[in-house]
Amino acid sequence: MTAGALIALAITILFGSLVSGTPLLLATVGEIVSERSGVLNLGIEGMMLMGAMGGFVVWTNTGSLPLGLLVGSVLGGVLALLHAFVTITLRADQVVSGLAVTFLGTGLSSILGGAYVGKQSPQPTPIFLPLVDRVALEQIIIIVLGLLVAGAAWYYVNRTRPGLNLRSVGEYPAAADALGINVYRTRYAYVVFGGLLSGLGGAAMSLITDPGWVDGKTSGLGWIAVGLVIFASWDPLRGMAVSYFFGLLRRLPLDLQNPALPFISTANNPSLGRLMGMLPYLATIFILILGSREALRRRLGAPAALGLPYVRGERGA
Amino acid sequence: MNLPGTPYRLMVETRRTNPGWAGVVSSILGVVLALIVGGFVLKAAGAAPISTYQEIFKEGFGTPADWQAGVVALFTNTDCPKGLICFGPLSDTLVKASPILLTGLACIVAFRMRLWNIGADGQMFMGAWAATGVAVFLLPKSTNPVIMLGAMGLAGVLSGLIYGAIPGYLRARLNINEIITTLMLNYVAYNWLEYFVIVGPWSRGDFESTGNFPPSATWPRLTQFAKAIPIFSGLTAHPGILLGVAAAIILAWLLFRSRWGYEIRVIGNNPKAARYAGINVSRNIILVMALSGALAGLAGMNEVAALRVLNGRFARGFGFTGVIVAWLARLNPLAAILVAFLFGGLLVGTQLIQPQGISSMLQGVILFVVVGTEVMFRYRFRLERVAPAVSIAAEVAK
Amino acid sequence: MSDAPQAFEMRGIVKRFPGVLANDHVDFACRAGEVHALLGENGAGKSTLMNVLAGLYRPEAGDILVGGQPLTFHSPQDAIAHGIGMIHQHFMLVPSHTVAENMVLGLNRPRFFLDLARVEEQVKALGEQYAMQVDPRARIWDLSVGEQQRVEVLKMLFRGAKVLIMDEPTAVLTPQEVEALFHTLRDMTQRGHTIVFISHKLDEVVAIADRVTVLRRGKVTAAGVPARGATKAQLATLMVGREVLFQIHKKKMPPGAPVLTVSNLSAENDRGLPALRGVSLQVCAGEILGIAGVAGNGQSELAEVLTGLRRCTGGSATLGDTPLDGATRWQEVGQKLAHIPEDRSAVGSVGELSVADNLILKRFHKAPIASGWSIDSAAVHANALQLVDDYQIATPSVDTLVRMLSGGNLQKVILAREISGRPALMIAVHPTRGLDVGATETVHKLLVEQRDGGAAILLISEDLDELLALADRLAVIYEGRIIGDMPAEGADIHVIGLMMAGTKAES
Repeated sequence: MTAGALIALAITILFGSLVSGTPLLLATVGEIVSERSGVLNLGIEGMMLMGAMGGFVVWTNTGSLPLGLLVGSVLGGVLALLHAFVTITLRADQVVSGLAVTFLGTGLSSILGGAYVGKQSPQPTPIFLPLVDRVALEQIIIIVLGLLVAGAAWYYVNRTRPGLNLRSVGEYPAAADALGINVYRTRYAYVVFGGLLSGLGGAAMSLITDPGWVDGKTSGLGWIAVGLVIFASWDPLRGMAVSYFFGLLRRLPLDLQNPALPFISTANNPSLGRLMGMLPYLATIFILILGSREALRRRLGAPAALGLPYVRGERGA
Repeated sequence: MNLPGTPYRLMVETRRTNPGWAGVVSSILGVVLALIVGGFVLKAAGAAPISTYQEIFKEGFGTPADWQAGVVALFTNTDCPKGLICFGPLSDTLVKASPILLTGLACIVAFRMRLWNIGADGQMFMGAWAATGVAVFLLPKSTNPVIMLGAMGLAGVLSGLIYGAIPGYLRARLNINEIITTLMLNYVAYNWLEYFVIVGPWSRGDFESTGNFPPSATWPRLTQFAKAIPIFSGLTAHPGILLGVAAAIILAWLLFRSRWGYEIRVIGNNPKAARYAGINVSRNIILVMALSGALAGLAGMNEVAALRVLNGRFARGFGFTGVIVAWLARLNPLAAILVAFLFGGLLVGTQLIQPQGISSMLQGVILFVVVGTEVMFRYRFRLERVAPAVSIAAEVAK
Repeated sequence: MSDAPQAFEMRGIVKRFPGVLANDHVDFACRAGEVHALLGENGAGKSTLMNVLAGLYRPEAGDILVGGQPLTFHSPQDAIAHGIGMIHQHFMLVPSHTVAENMVLGLNRPRFFLDLARVEEQVKALGEQYAMQVDPRARIWDLSVGEQQRVEVLKMLFRGAKVLIMDEPTAVLTPQEVEALFHTLRDMTQRGHTIVFISHKLDEVVAIADRVTVLRRGKVTAAGVPARGATKAQLATLMVGREVLFQIHKKKMPPGAPVLTVSNLSAENDRGLPALRGVSLQVCAGEILGIAGVAGNGQSELAEVLTGLRRCTGGSATLGDTPLDGATRWQEVGQKLAHIPEDRSAVGSVGELSVADNLILKRFHKAPIASGWSIDSAAVHANALQLVDDYQIATPSVDTLVRMLSGGNLQKVILAREISGRPALMIAVHPTRGLDVGATETVHKLLVEQRDGGAAILLISEDLDELLALADRLAVIYEGRIIGDMPAEGADIHVIGLMMAGTKAES
């Protein structure tokens, strides 16, 4: 294989990683924000699927990509709102409620999207720059969007007052409450926000990164996001980095299929591809094990109040 | 919590008395609400709700006419009359129900100790893998079926046991949250199995599969006895369901009548009191996760002995259905038998129904409603008129 | 000083909680620039009163006046707006955040963009001004408790508080830190701040306060008495009162063999601070040793070490010949040792299990309850019926879930379970807390019965009346040490009060 071909391959892989990592990034950052407020939402897969299905349906019916993205996002937010109600107001168990969201999203998207399986994506209308590939443009836009979301989230969480409130609610809600912050309202807001991002991630998948809709489109990406949040130590920028890394891991088996590649071609060595598939998950567990040692140093720690419903006492008043 | 825009406040207080019927009511309520919501969704998708539900029921269980004809045929030793399906659906349902029951039991035993094992799927996959290994590659084809199936069962149980003990150990010794570890291990297991079967040492030629199992490695079916009992012809029901029922009974005894079960229930409810009573909490975490994994592993063996082949289409998701079964059954192993049976019917009934995905959606709604209403029964909700708001943090006050 | 203006005044404050009148028409006033101590035992109503002042509670009746103006506080923010801030025993600081972040949490300005650098500057300046330096970039969990307290104080000053209420501030400090705190407080009063100092420790009160107000059982027994003039004995009496003791008839018991021997026991509390600093005591068969002391002086930790719920860091404890430590096989020791825990539902019982199941918590692994691997449910049932009858436990059935029982009945379940094993040693911690008169009487009766039967009982209680009535001997625990050990008969309540407040009897 020539050097030039190798470089071209490397660029393809790189770009491909960014593209395929972006839906994951959106979901991961969304969940990071939700968990920073103290609420665990395991329903990411369901929210992404609804976003993917809804977005695709709207796109094929209206031809408008932005509208598709918007609707997909909203659908994710609606599911998250349901989860928020059950876990924050009704104080039900967050794990089970999240699983319910996943089931609901999986099933609903399958039912409502049934008619659209395999449908052709709308013909891309030529734009003002006929030389530029529309598809590539959309991909670049979504990548940039992902970067912006991650960066803005990081800045918001770490450098602004609302971000400070968010973090306090997730770490020590009693103190936040005593200082006048509305814990319930805060959690509602960020859980729904997480849903909006997950829905957007799903829509991005079915509209841009891998256009089309099939049942179970996201094939477990939402679950990966749950693990990535931990892998990223609840930090949006790290979440971005690991998402792209996972985008790479997911693409590699495909990209390395070229038999001309020395050693590592997955076409020659299919087992390698499979084993690579396990890497992300094993890596997450490994990180967790490392983290438990360091737990004393709390460097990789979860928000202290994560998973615990906040109950304001009944005394007084 | 204030209701914005109104002079009212929602007071949430723990209820003193616990109506015993609360659990059952919330489960039933869950199903009913699910059906109603499902009805609306079906309408939106262009299907007629009532007839769809009827169809599902028919596909999953059959009609009373079918059952009657079946009973008659059983007693008169004849075959099912033309035009009816007799016990067909029930038989299919039993087949579908057996792995669901086992994963449900796996979740029940773990949840009883507040161990959130969402990795039953992965443990099932490992069980299926081990059982396949024994059946196709370890034991000779000519092995006695009883020994063969027994060995497969053992392999399934052991592999699931180990696979469950790993997150158990991580939780007991390093306090690593089992939700994430079991979830991640699911994916490792999926990849592990698929590696072996699709590209690895077990794949036969271009087919992504192991090829059919030797006959000794599969469950005997009712239909094999069709010569003697004609009504059995075409029925694929197999003893796997009995495995599940036996496991449920044993688990019920374990939880409610044995010393270990007592320890499990105490730990699950109050680890401090458990420690005070001298119960070893760490050891039990590992043991219970191992047991949970073993049950799920057995489910894997069950499936594989029924499918007679292991390929890339080995179904994912039984582990998650197990979660719902466990919750609907209120963590009671005997109730799980009934719930698993109903779920089996649901899955069979919706297999051919358009649109696909109904069962998943219904499961989701059911779970939501159950989780929500159960909590509502634990608390009393009251609207109270409020003077200008007071914000209080009780932690602060003494 | 006496013509200094009033910083605030509280008039006729009434605050009720279900079952208890915490503040009974309390008047409390402070002058600007003074340190005013609020003294009293646990449950006297001091914290409640201050929570009202700080805007956390709304009183049923009464007024708060600041600068002559009657005010209503709807929230702590209101109180702060009028210059009143409270520093609680449990700090309201987010551990993983920095000092600066905690400083601005909950403020309205700046609205969106945080300029932490500027806040850090302000914190530094404030710290220098008040001689309370803290590194504004430090994370709270890296700070010592004393430094955290400083952060809390600075937080209030940052918000412009003129009146600072400190709730038992020295409970978590080392002696050196206490010195430093007092220095700071005196400095602050020079600058015109008013300090309300809630405490039960007489030494400190006398050392730091200008005036003292004493609360007892929700009422004021001494209002604004100058601290210099009062003797500690007087204050102790006002704190503890002179009560008529209801005598419980106890058999005269000859001294038995020592059952529990504790030598130089030390242990840490949940925060890693020393809670027990070399406790030594002995309880003999047929004797009740009462441990008096205000909550927070190591009682809980003592009970926890002796029952295996906490590791000790030094010293030893033995039950007869059996050592009580990490190697103890608690299931076996459990037969000889009965524990009535201070928190009935957190440690003492399993809420979601039935009465019958709770009653076998210590015996489920032995015959006749256990048979082989299983539990004989008939035996469990029979055992439960017997105990419910013996101890008059009011429950719809033995299968009722234990969390639905009233406090008194839950306590009876625990007692039934623990006592029915004929223990050699009983450790009872605040056994009648939260119980009504009838249940209290029953518990007392049961304890005395056990004693008469030869059991050794370690009774830890905040209720002096109870201790004086039940105990044969009394000891006082203060800051992790036993100070004083005397026969209960004829014990001088003033002396005990002094010891509870930290002063060894001399005056």
